[in-house]
Amino acid sequence: MNQAPVNSISRGNLKSYLTGFGLSLILTAIPFALVMSGAVSSAAALAAIFSAGLVQILVHLYYFLHLDASSAARWNLVAMIITVLIMILFVGGSFWIMWNLYYRMM
Amino acid sequence: MTTNASTLGTAYYEEVVHPDTVAMQTFGFWLYLMSDLILFATLFATFVVLGKNFAGGPTGKDLFDLTYTLGETLLLLFSSVTYGLVMLSVHDGRKKRVLLGLAVTFLLGLGFVAMEINEFHGLIAAGHGPDVSAFLSSFFTLVGTHGTHVTFGLIWMAVMMGQIVVKGLTSPVQSRLLRLGMFWHFLDIVWIGIFSIVYLMGVM
Repeated sequence: MNQAPVNSISRGNLKSYLTGFGLSLILTAIPFALVMSGAVSSAAALAAIFSAGLVQILVHLYYFLHLDASSAARWNLVAMIITVLIMILFVGGSFWIMWNLYYRMM
Repeated sequence: MTTNASTLGTAYYEEVVHPDTVAMQTFGFWLYLMSDLILFATLFATFVVLGKNFAGGPTGKDLFDLTYTLGETLLLLFSSVTYGLVMLSVHDGRKKRVLLGLAVTFLLGLGFVAMEINEFHGLIAAGHGPDVSAFLSSFFTLVGTHGTHVTFGLIWMAVMMGQIVVKGLTSPVQSRLLRLGMFWHFLDIVWIGIFSIVYLMGVM
């Protein structure tokens, strides 16, 4: 009954889930509080939303999906890096084209 | 990995899993998740490009209730953690705990879907449906696609609870639970993007 599936995704323990949970709560609370209170300028709030969101995604990948540079997760990581490159092309390309179009139509 | 014919004895042929099978299935499912990520990336790009085209209709500031959305966020985050605890019980082979954990995770996910349906219903009933503006079209498409994924995750979870009751924690069942967990954590990651870009930035 104890045969552990060999992929790294299964390699969790109680500590990793609770650490990920605590960090996620903090990283959700910070941008939420900043936006709700309106205490900082919108540029600072934007920076906080983006950095907290990005860090929280990394926290989820590391503590919940157990993705790291270990050999067990190597190909998962490679596949994700390629996917992120494609996403940057899609998202960045869309913004570039649409913003250019908007600028020329003004 | 200790699975082999001797530990499984004369079990059904389905129960015999090659040592590499789970790793390959896991990686294959990971590739599916990456393709799903590209789907969400295109929907995010569409939302950001069209998100300011209100066509005289309401803006995010008029429509979104951040406290309500924070509730949805917490439900999904709690369910991600409870699913992680389920996987720990799976490794310990504690069937009752696994079923209890899955039931809790299912209810948290159901609460999330119910809150989202309630939000959509409220918007459409107030005349702020997806036909009003490009902003609302892209909003309903992006958030609705995520909600549909969560709904299918709930169906999958219900099926797995049935399989655990009927088949027990066999290695194919464990392997499916592992992939459902990947799907569930992945959906929580996508929600971080939606909470940040759609809701938090929408009310600024």
